[in-house]
Amino acid sequence: MRIKEHPILNFKAKDQVSFSFNGKTLYGVKGDTIASALHANGVKKLSESIHLKRPRGFYCAIGNCASCNMVVDGKPNTRTCITPLEEGMVVENQHGKGRV
Amino acid sequence: MIDKTGIAIKALFEKEFPENEETLNRPKAIIECYKEIPCNPCETSCPFDAITIGEDINKRPDIDFDKCTGCGICAYSCPGLAISIRQFKEDNAELKFPYEFSPRPRTGQTVNVVDRSGEVITTGEVINVIDKSKQNKTALVHITVDKAYMYDAAAIEVVKNES
Amino acid sequence: MKQREVVIIGAGPGGLCAAQKLLEGGAKVCLIDRNASLGGQLIKQTHKFFGSEKQYASKRGIDIMEILISSLTQYGDQLEIMTETSVVGMYSDKVIACVKKDKFFKIQAQSIILATGASEKSIPFENNDLPGVYAAGAVQTLMNEYGVKPGDNVLMVGSGNIGLIVSYQLMQAGINVKALVEAAPSISGYLVHASKIRRLGVDILTNTSVKRAIGSEQVKQVEIWDLDPTWQGIEGSERILDVDTICISVGLAPLTELLQQLGAEVRYIKELGGNVPVIDKRYETTVKGVYACGDVVGIEEASSAMVEGKITGLNALEDLGYDIRASRLEMKALHEELKFLRDGPHAAKVRAGYLKRGMLT
Ligand SMILES: Cc1cc2nc3c(=O)[nH]c(=O)nc-3n(C[C@H](O)[C@H](O)[C@H](O)COP(=O)(O)OP(=O)(O)OC[C@H]3O[C@@H](n4cnc5c(N)ncnc54)[C@H](O)[C@@H]3O)c2cc1C
Ligand code: SF4
Ligand code: SF4
Ligand code: FES
Repeated sequence: MRIKEHPILNFKAKDQVSFSFNGKTLYGVKGDTIASALHANGVKKLSESIHLKRPRGFYCAIGNCASCNMVVDGKPNTRTCITPLEEGMVVENQHGKGRV
Repeated sequence: MIDKTGIAIKALFEKEFPENEETLNRPKAIIECYKEIPCNPCETSCPFDAITIGEDINKRPDIDFDKCTGCGICAYSCPGLAISIRQFKEDNAELKFPYEFSPRPRTGQTVNVVDRSGEVITTGEVINVIDKSKQNKTALVHITVDKAYMYDAAAIEVVKNES
Repeated sequence: MKQREVVIIGAGPGGLCAAQKLLEGGAKVCLIDRNASLGGQLIKQTHKFFGSEKQYASKRGIDIMEILISSLTQYGDQLEIMTETSVVGMYSDKVIACVKKDKFFKIQAQSIILATGASEKSIPFENNDLPGVYAAGAVQTLMNEYGVKPGDNVLMVGSGNIGLIVSYQLMQAGINVKALVEAAPSISGYLVHASKIRRLGVDILTNTSVKRAIGSEQVKQVEIWDLDPTWQGIEGSERILDVDTICISVGLAPLTELLQQLGAEVRYIKELGGNVPVIDKRYETTVKGVYACGDVVGIEEASSAMVEGKITGLNALEDLGYDIRASRLEMKALHEELKFLRDGPHAAKVRAGYLKRGMLT
């Protein structure tokens, strides 16, 4: 799901960054946000809505809408679309309001 | 119609070609910019002052075919990719279209040629791909097609990676 | 608490140009953005821009961003840049509350320029909250900033310039755009952009909208239908497209919440995108020493955001007591530039908005 060839931009191969998602080890690259790394791994569902438990993905990708909130290193309500991915991060789907 | 579909019909685009067909025995810029927008790089980029918009940059471009040398600078400067360079060469039409996809077509390659609705109407052969650094990644793909397609050809279809 | 002469919130074209003028004039500037890099929307604009040479027409948005940022590097200590820093509150005594990573801190500013831009609107349809339904700008961020494909097959909703341009950029990234739907009877963006995607095979369907997204965990298909002249869906006209991504581009809303917290007056002006700050010709809000420019004062373009940024920067400079007499002519020219940018048929809405604002110069 990464773009390999682009007429305008140059996506050079970047260093890998490993992190854990719901207990599984996944890899992103340097410069990723948590949400972009998950998406590159085919993970679109990031959270569940508070009442109806409907699946949610990101929507705005620039930190405006909270649709991408996840539990990161134990901290709920982390806006994963603007949080840079770091080596060893522990990322989990957030259910509801994000009590842990 | 173009307002609903994005497709210019013949009656509309024909007006942008020189009245006298013989003018097209030399390469000329054909500008298809039908609505007033605040934009003027076609005018400012032309080294021969062939295109006029004027102080109010919302006006539509007006071309003087006598001054146009077909150099192609406006075609890669236009952010709307609305300009092509066209010329009759014996039984063929030689066309240059702006192209911003990767990979670029190769010289000698046969490419599909589309009309303004995206329908493939014929094939053409790539004569050359002009892709200098000053063009800032808008290449000009120079192709030759049967001269019957001088007016209807609008672009080349995106070339896929050969696998 | 930190004390700062001028704080600029938002480092898009508006904020960057305001910074440039303030720095040129000798003020000390603190530039805050919640993103990791500067540039705002420009960071994902891979296309060549419109406008005239003054607004860098024919250069790509990403290159304009480089030009703007590099014009600031010569100022050394005069400029403080805080990235990955979100402004979460503002108080009427010009105190700004910020969060960087886990740290919370406050800044006392003498002047504030708000250049926070806008957020993308959504539209109601069944399942519009499914993963795979994304704002057009989000798709652009994912592709052009992070190099990740949003999906393989996309339906674009909305025919404004953003919808048209993002469709083209999706194709450049090797993604299939199945169709573009527009509820209105005609295309709202520039025709040159529409023709560009049409001749590459994208169907542009006016009087058409989304009925529902289909899928349980994520989008698998979309059902679209025709609209009658009263914008109601026509039963029986439904058809299903196989897409994994629905890209929404139906307009932007200025991000004015911070200004409201601060007590600045806002007013609803539909033509400018919704709630917008009340400003005067100098781009000062109803709170003295607090200014706003760019999309946050009304949805327009990067070209106008840059001009407004410069005007705002000069005015803030003057109010801080700097001598700007040498810039009188420049100021006049900037207002003139804005006038031309707002002159054509495509700017009719913006003109109507500014007429309501009583600011049509
Ligand atoms: C697809 C697309 C194509 C476009 N094409 C063109 C074009 O061809 N020509 C043209 O002129 N314009 C174009 N535009 C429009 C242009 O990008 C915008 O009008 C312009 O970027 C607005 O500038 P701005 O400085 O007001 O805001 P923005 O560029 O949106 O910048 C706002 C900044 O504020 C930051 N911010 C917001 N809230 C906070 C907070 N609370 N704390 C900290 N930071 C915050 C954001 O992170 C962002 O960096 C296009 C836009 C899009 C989406
Ligand atoms: S092709 Fe060259 S000479 Fe002709 S209008 Fe364009 S820039 Fe001018
Ligand atoms: S540069 Fe292209 S889009 Fe701009 S006015 Fe000229 S022809 Fe039209
Ligand atoms: S997707 Fe909107 S805040 Fe992250």
